[in-house]
Amino acid sequence: MSEDLKAAVAAGVVGSEETFRSLLESVAEVARAIFGAKASSIFLLDEETDELVFEAIAGFGADTLLGQRFPSSTGIAGWVLVTRQPLVIEDVTEDPRFAKDFAEETGYVPKGLMAAPLLYEERALGVLEVLDRPQRSQFSLVEMDLLGLFANQAAIALDLLRRTRRAEAVLAASGGGADVVARLATTVENLEDERREDGIKLLAAIDDVLRREEGG
Amino acid sequence: MPQPDPSEEQQQAPHELRPAWSLPAGTADEINIPVEWPGEVTRDWAWGGSTGKGVRVCILDSGVDQGHPLVGEIQQSVAVSLGPDDEVIVEEDTEGDLCGHGTACAGIVRSLAPECEIISVRVLGAGFTGSGGVLLAGLRWAVEQGFDVVNMSLSTTKRQFAGILHELTDTAYFRRTVLVASAHNMPVESYPWKFSSVISVGSHEESDPLAFYYNPDPPVEFFARGVDVEVAWTGGAHIRCTGNSFATPHMSALVALVLGKHPELTPFQLKSVLYLTSLNVGGGR
Repeated sequence: MSEDLKAAVAAGVVGSEETFRSLLESVAEVARAIFGAKASSIFLLDEETDELVFEAIAGFGADTLLGQRFPSSTGIAGWVLVTRQPLVIEDVTEDPRFAKDFAEETGYVPKGLMAAPLLYEERALGVLEVLDRPQRSQFSLVEMDLLGLFANQAAIALDLLRRTRRAEAVLAASGGGADVVARLATTVENLEDERREDGIKLLAAIDDVLRREEGG
Repeated sequence: MPQPDPSEEQQQAPHELRPAWSLPAGTADEINIPVEWPGEVTRDWAWGGSTGKGVRVCILDSGVDQGHPLVGEIQQSVAVSLGPDDEVIVEEDTEGDLCGHGTACAGIVRSLAPECEIISVRVLGAGFTGSGGVLLAGLRWAVEQGFDVVNMSLSTTKRQFAGILHELTDTAYFRRTVLVASAHNMPVESYPWKFSSVISVGSHEESDPLAFYYNPDPPVEFFARGVDVEVAWTGGAHIRCTGNSFATPHMSALVALVLGKHPELTPFQLKSVLYLTSLNVGGGR
């Protein structure tokens, strides 16, 4: 990767992880609130280890589950991920295994859950789960559509987070002070009006000097 | 249960008599259709008295919990995986259902077609990585076995699999293996439900398990019961579920009922029967 490109990538990713994580948490929180549920979780598929990771949690489990991992193709979340099919389960009374990904970690066994795959283009990135929404007389397909809309939003946020992490990894691996370049670019980007113009001029001048020296 | 006419069973299938691409002069008599097609196709004609006996229904899913009272005996249970060099491994499944979904589908099929044979092909559990290849391998194995019905409550979004899946679903169609696949209700491209050689299924909100509708605005072809369905689950449990993946086994069971009574139907004819018996077409009669 060229230095220019590295700097551009670095400028794009510095501070982005925090923003995209907030976006993800916001999606989880809104999903929990809209459905009136006890908790909502967003899982990211870690392709390297073939595991699902709790990436954002709203409500029950938010303090303890973040970063916890489990195999990618077992339990409800695993089924939803592999089959790309959303599903809603209610009235669980006998078998706590149905949500073992959640239950084993917390001791909390939800009575019901909604789960949808997080699909972006042709990739399955993770799973959105909404736990223990109030059980009404009958579930409606409108709610299923709503779950799909949240899943779509979460998938976009998850894709941004994934790209950011990949770019950060590339930068970290490439070394060469790219992080310093990134910080500078971010600082200038955050300046306003005249100071921003001055900052850009200054950086352009430094660039000019360095290039001239490099050229001999 | 009314059985098919033995004289019909003994007739050779037309494709065994001549090349499939022409009909020479004077041979039209040889392709008589071995079904007495009624003037009006009613539900009673289509599956009245049928229990699905003699029909082999494959559940391509997470495995099936054998001991569940709502499922009863299943005839075969295999697990599909890929070896280190991507070779396909099909072995007896000793783990049962890893999730619960396959058991739910088997229970729905059993509730409507109590005497059909059920075969579980587990294509889940070996990890997400490679799951597309396992799904393909499982489907190919099911088609090779010549099962009458394959219930697929699953799909893939990987375009690299679309072409080969398309070929496989066409092969099934010509071999008279009926593939019943869950439609996707999210705005992404996924397969194989969109292929016209399969029966694709979405959900309606009614509670009658025999209520189904033809969709005049495809690609989803039929809507069946998929909301608040009481199903079997692992550990002997009963739970209530919603999703197209529960509507799909309702249609698979109906296919088993129709084939139990009319085993000679081709997938094309079968789809026509389902169309004519849909509630919004003529199914009320």
